[in-house]
Amino acid sequence: MSDVYVLGIDMIKFGRFPDKSVPELGAQAALLALDDAGLKIQDMEALYSGNLMQASAMVGQRILQEIGQTGIPVTNSANACATGATAFREGWTAIKAGLYDLVLVIGVEQLGKTGLLGGGGGKGGISKEGLLGSSTMPAVFAEAGMEHTRKYGTTFEQFAKVSVKNHMHSVKNPKSMYRIETPLEMVMNAEMIAYPNTKLMCSVNVDGAAAAVLCSARKARELGMARAVRVAASVLTSDPWTERDLVMPDVNTCTRRAAAQAYAMAGIGPEDLDLVELHDCFATAEILHYENLGLCKDGEAGRLIDEGQTAHGGRIPVNVSGGLLSKGHPLGATGIANIYEISTHLRGEAGERQVEGAKLGLTHVIGLGSACGIHILERCA
Amino acid sequence: MADTAAAKRPLPVVDFLKIPEQGEPYLEGQRCKECSAIFLGARDACSKCGARGRFEAKKLAKQGTLYVYSIVHRSFPGIEVPYISAIVDLEGGGTLKGNLINIEPDPEKIRMGMPIEVIFKIAPTKDREGNEYLTYYFQPRH
Repeated sequence: MSDVYVLGIDMIKFGRFPDKSVPELGAQAALLALDDAGLKIQDMEALYSGNLMQASAMVGQRILQEIGQTGIPVTNSANACATGATAFREGWTAIKAGLYDLVLVIGVEQLGKTGLLGGGGGKGGISKEGLLGSSTMPAVFAEAGMEHTRKYGTTFEQFAKVSVKNHMHSVKNPKSMYRIETPLEMVMNAEMIAYPNTKLMCSVNVDGAAAAVLCSARKARELGMARAVRVAASVLTSDPWTERDLVMPDVNTCTRRAAAQAYAMAGIGPEDLDLVELHDCFATAEILHYENLGLCKDGEAGRLIDEGQTAHGGRIPVNVSGGLLSKGHPLGATGIANIYEISTHLRGEAGERQVEGAKLGLTHVIGLGSACGIHILERCA
Repeated sequence: MADTAAAKRPLPVVDFLKIPEQGEPYLEGQRCKECSAIFLGARDACSKCGARGRFEAKKLAKQGTLYVYSIVHRSFPGIEVPYISAIVDLEGGGTLKGNLINIEPDPEKIRMGMPIEVIFKIAPTKDREGNEYLTYYFQPRH
């Protein structure tokens, strides 16, 4: 089976674009990615499009109606917050299968100022929210974080430090929604949403789009490898049965399984990574994933953030883009935007936030319900 | 008339809350006879082992322990805050989510692992047809 390469990749600056439609935002990212690859829509043999909130509305086809109706097969994916990574992986799978040499993958979302995102209300009767606990995302991820507190004594302050770090990182990312430093007291004293997550420890609901051109090894050799990035691993898992999963979504087990598979596929270990973009939908979540991805041993995540090991310049920089906490979290776009961030560092094109000499990077997303997508990317040149 | 009497009885807030004609309400789990996994609510197959139609109803304990919680300060519009969203493990099996009441919503006061009991009360809201609902809550057990 052919290796798969990212030939072109880009994202729009995340923000709020109420005067644009979802296909228009997706089209902007698609054109940026095509330009980055030096190719045209006529060169693409298939399109894999990811969008969550308009999952029934043929977003991929509507993007082609904006940039070129070439009649290629279009597949629309929805997989909660793993939607973008899933679309990317569908493209990867098709090239692996030998069906195509060049495909376009797009992730796009328009959230606007959406309020709290919560689980479904369920069938009939009266609302269960606030009666049988909370199904809002801040509370669900607060409870997931409290499990870490229960096991290892992780503190509110340690969770808050994740937000301090990621907001600090975003100052150097021109494509981030926010670029404002938030000192520890500011994070901890911000409005409490669901203890221990304050408002500044929740990801930002924004509009955004990201896209990539993927190609086979044959095509990469033909078109030039100078800026190509090799997809060393692409993995998707769902939540296996665990004791409390149906009541308290378990984001750990599916991540651990995906990580193990991804490291095996790439033939590397977590110690070989130069940077990581992981799913910091809430500050509590980032702490869990340090251990889930093997960036430290179980129980050491609190120490990792205390010692600044995951900050830019630390042993293993995490979310140097600013993460979902500051760059923003346009659900369907997030998984490809993370791959853009890693690819940009591997190409040595990340400007003042460049992680020097980066050769290997990992992206991770979680779609609650649950899906985990992990990609490992490797510099070619 | 029987209809009138029936109309006055509260409905269960979830289908695994059982309200017998006589005696106390209780929570009912579905236990897989193949692998012993316990689920809330009726289902056709086991998501742990895949066995089909091998369930037996099991009355769940009223006693348990607090696994984890969050203190919710912002919820959907119209919902009174703060409240404690809690995950509780019941003695003998079964995990459920609910509101923890009769304790201050303060991390200093709430201890993970603390003994909890399940209590039943009429929910503060009715549905559009005016039906009352019986719901469950958690409270500290002394």
